[in-house]
Amino acid sequence: MKKLINRPEDVVVEELQGIAYAHGDLVKVHYNPNFIVRADAPIKGKVGVISGGGSGHEPMHGGFVGMGMLDAACPGAVFTSPTPDQMLEATKAVSGGAGVLHIVKNYTGDVMNFEMAADLGGSEGIEVEAVVTNDDVAVQDSLYTAGRRGVGITVLAEKISGAAAEQMRSLKEVADICRKVNAQGRSMGMALTSCIVPHAGKPTFDLPEDEMEIGIGIHGEPGRTRMKLKSADEITEMLMEPVIDDLPFKSGDNALLFVNGMGGTPLIELYVIYRKAYQIAEKHGLKVVRNLVGSYITSLEMAGTSITMLKVDDDLVKLWDAPVKTPGLRWGA
Amino acid sequence: MPISRNDVLAWLKAVAQVLAENREYLVQLDSAIGDADHGANMDRGFQSIMGKMDEINDKDIGTIFKTAAMTLISTVGGASGPLYGTFFLQAGTKTAGKMELTIQEWAVVLEAALAGIVMRGKAELNDKTMVDALTPAVEALKKAVGDGKFQSEALAICAEAARQGMEATIPLVARKGRASYLGERSAGHQDPGATSSYLMLKTAAEIWKNA
Repeated sequence: MKKLINRPEDVVVEELQGIAYAHGDLVKVHYNPNFIVRADAPIKGKVGVISGGGSGHEPMHGGFVGMGMLDAACPGAVFTSPTPDQMLEATKAVSGGAGVLHIVKNYTGDVMNFEMAADLGGSEGIEVEAVVTNDDVAVQDSLYTAGRRGVGITVLAEKISGAAAEQMRSLKEVADICRKVNAQGRSMGMALTSCIVPHAGKPTFDLPEDEMEIGIGIHGEPGRTRMKLKSADEITEMLMEPVIDDLPFKSGDNALLFVNGMGGTPLIELYVIYRKAYQIAEKHGLKVVRNLVGSYITSLEMAGTSITMLKVDDDLVKLWDAPVKTPGLRWGA
Repeated sequence: MPISRNDVLAWLKAVAQVLAENREYLVQLDSAIGDADHGANMDRGFQSIMGKMDEINDKDIGTIFKTAAMTLISTVGGASGPLYGTFFLQAGTKTAGKMELTIQEWAVVLEAALAGIVMRGKAELNDKTMVDALTPAVEALKKAVGDGKFQSEALAICAEAARQGMEATIPLVARKGRASYLGERSAGHQDPGATSSYLMLKTAAEIWKNA
């Protein structure tokens, strides 16, 4: 394993210390329990928006804390859900009297820990709503499984819900918008290489030089199928077609197209993917009115990409365009 | 002889050691069908319980289990944190104020702890989870106790049933947890959660053999 780390067990805390030094103007870092919170939290009368998850997906979630997006983020160990005590403390820290929204990615651990935080009480009369994101079309949705994973749509849901909260909309309205984004968004990802979890020290799965995994998640969990490597255009088709079919997106729909890097793929390749994805969207009669290209929800050093499509209306576009000032996403402010 | 408060403390210490020794093994199992963190998470959780030993040294079994539960909930994360946390929370509820447990009482405790895991994780038998090791273990223990087996023998029967349940997860297709994302590809691998559950019960059988 070749990594820029000191000791595997110190990675998360040392990352938090780095974030505190780098972005002290935007965020404060709280330790034991660990969470990153907006420097100006709590904001009176504003719904607090919180997310959390395992570390290793940077900039998500900690990089999205700041004006117009998240009020706090709870980082777990690498690829491990954070714990209920973090969620409770973060909830209290951002509560401005208008309630708190928890944005939870649909993973067994994340969902259980957020539920446990609610069960343990202690949120001291703060009204909390939780929205679970589950946009990954690579996973068969079934009552008998853990269901679809929350992936790329989470980034868009955090931005758009954060903007709605910034406009002082009510908890119910902010939660409804978050649910709407999740309901109207679909994603699918692929990997060229595995990632290496620091405490494991070796690749999570072995992938021969000439093969790829289709339908991967964001934790180095292998995908649904493995096959010989194909061209960027062919891969983009294999991701875009299931995403478009699933919602389904219909001719004339306006969409936000998000091409995400998994951590080890350069921007030059993401634009090659975006080019083809845009063309496929056009071919289906979809109008790409907004986009995001870059590595925003990653899986350590995994090489690969995921594509997220969100069907948007005027309200969602306005919320997307609203000012945001976070370490990882910043415009209009 | 019943299982004393000190036996319970000795069991937790031994489990911490066994999980530390099996950290890489559990990580390896989890790499195949999950996200390669089970060994590290369990080790971190039980090491944290070791850090609380001074607080619970002179406490009743219920307090010991509840402290273990809250420690696991706040340090393990993932799915194992809430699941094993709930396991020990339920065990703590059943043992509140008790300084020792008969083997009959231990069977009741283990059954309640398993019910806690099922309630939290909503897993059923054959979903390829820790429930697959714990369910046959609880059934076997209840039967052994009903048959009037000695404590050491009943605990050994319980551990053996857990081992068989753990091995029976190998051909299963996962229907819960991260392994379920693999669908058919999850078959052929032993479930890491069932493995850690087996390790705990095996350790109980060894540590309480002469209790």
